[in-house]
Amino acid sequence: MADAILSVNNVTMQFGGVTALSDVNFAIERGEILGLIGPNGAGKTTCFNVITGVYAATSGSVTFDNQPLAGLKRFQITKRGIARTFQNIRLFPDMTAVENVMVGADANHKTSVGGALLGSRRHHREEREGRDRAMELLTFMGIADRAADAARNLPYGYQRRLEIARALATGPKLLCLDEPAAGFTPAEKQELMDLIRKIRAQGYTVLLIEHDMSLVMGVTDRIVVLDFGKVIATGSPADVQNNPDVIAAYLGVPDDAA
Amino acid sequence: MSLSDTFKGLTKSAHAVSGLGERIGDLPRVSRWSLIALFIFSLYLMPWWPEVPVLGWLVDTPGTSFEGVITDKVVIYVLVALGLNVVVGLAGLLDLGYVGFYAIGAYVVGILSSQHANLPWLVCVPIAVIVSMIAGVILGTPTLRLRGDYLAIVTLGFGEIIRISANNADWLGGSRGISKIAKPPNIGPLKFGVLDAKPYFFLGLTVIIITVFFLRRLENSRVGRAWNAVREDEDAAELMGVPTFKFKLWAFAIGAAIGGLAGTLYAGKVRFINPSNFPLQLSILFIAAVVLGGTGNMWGAVIGGAVVGWMPERFRGFADKRVFVFGVALVLVMVFRPQGLIPRKIRKERWLANWKQRESEGGEVARG
Amino acid sequence: MKSLATPSTPTRSIYRTFWDLTVTGIALGAIYALVALGYTLVYGVLRLINFAHSEIFMVGTFATLITATNFLGIPLLEAGNYPYRTGFTLVAILLACIVGGMVVSGAGAVLLERVAYRPLRGSGEHVGAVVLAFASAFTASLVFTETTRTNVIIGLIGTAPLAVLYLRIFRRGRQAPRLAFLISAIGASTAIAEAVAIWSPRDREQYQTPRVLEKKVLFEFLGTEVRIDYVLVIVGALLMMTALVLFVNRTRLGRGVRAVAQDVETAKILGVNVDFVILITFLLGGVMAGAAAMMFTLVYDQTRFNIGFLLGVKSFTAAVLGGIGNLRGALLGGLVLGLGENYGAAIFGGQWKDVIAFVLLLVVLMFRPTGILGESLAKARV
Repeated sequence: MADAILSVNNVTMQFGGVTALSDVNFAIERGEILGLIGPNGAGKTTCFNVITGVYAATSGSVTFDNQPLAGLKRFQITKRGIARTFQNIRLFPDMTAVENVMVGADANHKTSVGGALLGSRRHHREEREGRDRAMELLTFMGIADRAADAARNLPYGYQRRLEIARALATGPKLLCLDEPAAGFTPAEKQELMDLIRKIRAQGYTVLLIEHDMSLVMGVTDRIVVLDFGKVIATGSPADVQNNPDVIAAYLGVPDDAA
Repeated sequence: MSLSDTFKGLTKSAHAVSGLGERIGDLPRVSRWSLIALFIFSLYLMPWWPEVPVLGWLVDTPGTSFEGVITDKVVIYVLVALGLNVVVGLAGLLDLGYVGFYAIGAYVVGILSSQHANLPWLVCVPIAVIVSMIAGVILGTPTLRLRGDYLAIVTLGFGEIIRISANNADWLGGSRGISKIAKPPNIGPLKFGVLDAKPYFFLGLTVIIITVFFLRRLENSRVGRAWNAVREDEDAAELMGVPTFKFKLWAFAIGAAIGGLAGTLYAGKVRFINPSNFPLQLSILFIAAVVLGGTGNMWGAVIGGAVVGWMPERFRGFADKRVFVFGVALVLVMVFRPQGLIPRKIRKERWLANWKQRESEGGEVARG
Repeated sequence: MKSLATPSTPTRSIYRTFWDLTVTGIALGAIYALVALGYTLVYGVLRLINFAHSEIFMVGTFATLITATNFLGIPLLEAGNYPYRTGFTLVAILLACIVGGMVVSGAGAVLLERVAYRPLRGSGEHVGAVVLAFASAFTASLVFTETTRTNVIIGLIGTAPLAVLYLRIFRRGRQAPRLAFLISAIGASTAIAEAVAIWSPRDREQYQTPRVLEKKVLFEFLGTEVRIDYVLVIVGALLMMTALVLFVNRTRLGRGVRAVAQDVETAKILGVNVDFVILITFLLGGVMAGAAAMMFTLVYDQTRFNIGFLLGVKSFTAAVLGGIGNLRGALLGGLVLGLGENYGAAIFGGQWKDVIAFVLLLVVLMFRPTGILGESLAKARV
């Protein structure tokens, strides 16, 4: 896999006596939409947390852009180009939507206390850039009409999309979405699918954790299936759908696959 | 009129004031600035407020000189509240030992201008501010990795350590303290003496205005946003690329610097300090000022500091009962206005309106 | 609180040995631990520092004082001697005092919860509304007159209308931010301490408590004379703690406390009466503090309106040291703090005692960020 943007190599993650991930291997290729699926408790979010630096893997390594991520702080990993959303929304509730996105955009900025105190030229330029970028992204996600509202006052669907906008604002090469469609109606899911495709079309690589099979099958290029912390299958949606192991572990109920 | 009515009145007027601020913001530039100038001018006239008919009855402090109260208490508390608001209000770090930095500021001036050297006050101030800042960094580096309530108790311990150390170290004057501290230099007609408190008030007010100016810049920048993000959700902030530890340390350092600055003003005014001026309870009072005014709102901190400094003196009428009244008042305010007298508001950015306009005229769309 | 450094019996000054310090340190630690339990219980359930807990302790010391002098009529001195009692009378008096302390502190803690905390949780609160209504009318009347009797009358008149008004405001159904609880607690703490200072007969003076127990040396242990009051304190504290742990682990109510501590929302769904559990938590903490208060007066024979503050801070330190929210942690933290302070004071001098306590805390947290035993109820992050 020459053009892997991120590769997870032999990652094992243990909490006390519990093994959440065991010897997980997979890679994400530049420009693809990779789905990470598996039944509840299979270790999807743990895997996410290892990639974004929330947990340090017990053994194994994660390589991003041909460089190992081990030892980097979370914010450094973000600056390298991995951004994420959260399964249970974690916005900054008392800040406005646009401020939320600007926090993300600030990941690329260098102004610190000195520049802000003296009102340096760079400070003004970065402020302008940050707010322009934030408004662009809010418009792109279709939520610019509520830009000035506190995140806590936004409707649920807006909050989900605001999280994606905030993640995009950090200027990622890889966007990790943790169940972005949770709690969405079918129509909203359809919109979200279009949106993810649009994001990819702009050159982002996307890693998608999702429960909803129709969404995963409809939008991803490739799928990695986790079960009990192990990768049990990798392949195109069609392959995975027909893989007997996967069917046994996860798609056992035909309704789910529909 | 019951006390709760007083509070409701107070908050209503406070709201009117902050709402007014917004309306002033919408005014054309010239009228806006002249209004602000007028407001600041009226603040400088504060020593004469007791002579204004109704206002005078409201604010005057029976039994103590109003001038003394606003210089020794109000100005100091407002400055301290502004500094502590950076730490507690903006960055969400519960610091219960803020009095430590205040003490460090005062003691540096004491040491350098009286105890061990004879430097003029004006030279001591920057040194004191820098020393306080360093103290903030020294305290913050090991402790800022701790979670909220652990931080609270550790900082509380820090405040106590500073006071006890001053009490036990003869080099710091011990329990007798330091006297004959240098006073600020005379500026033209402003003579910093013993009888007239006004010059000290003017100096303090000026320092406050400058502090507010710079704090506003910080608040409306990447730094302020980072602080807010840390307060709202530290983990999420870090995952969005905010170097949380660095900005928490900055919040601590800036807060400490302002606390130290307040200490230098205090030392320059009273010219005699000893460890009992810096009890743990003062830290608690400072926190009360910030939360009372409205956590995270700079104007709230100003109002909170002023109220906490002034109110016990206003009610000196019931002498030894005023601390009791203060305690009851704190409970009542928190019960009825848990967000403080002037809650933090969602900022309405002026540029947002411009942006919308530009958009409707067919501005740019998301780039690839 | 200065008295903690130098207990007031003359026989001790010579034997400043290691074991001597150990015995007094454990006794002091046991008192810290009992008070620390209150902090830890409330923190475990509500995730907030009950800042006013120190005053619950202080009120307890006054309750034991009043029980002994006013109810039991024991004088401070009888013909120039301490009013020593022996045998059954002594046991009865001590029991009466500890029960007095526990009842008053327990009731005080419950009242505190209903006045200073529950209104902030936004679910409507009658008792809180009434007390606050009285407090505000009473306080407002201070502006006009300083005759306490008149103040009380005005307070009572104002109570009814204000309480109705307050209750309407309390039912806003919104939880206040965390800091608001802290400030409300600070306010309550100030008000309680000041109320005692203002309306007790000797104002801000120190009060002696009658010394009914002759502080005889009970036995020698490794060359140290162990006094009976220390033994009583240590044994009593251990008994109280065992009872508490059994209550929390074995009873239905205790299960409720643990459930709420783990997850309020789930507990609510499962039908646990959360408000009641919180009340019980405060009650338990208060009762422990009341017991600690009686033991404190047993050893130090005195109290004062501001005695709670520093002891509260130390006890909270002990709770954090052991791992807040963890009952065993409170015991361990108390003992570590009591011993560390005593040894440290012997090495560096008594005036550095408090500094030693905080440095100890800092060092422990540096290596174990959630205390020695950790938070038993800690949740995984992210």
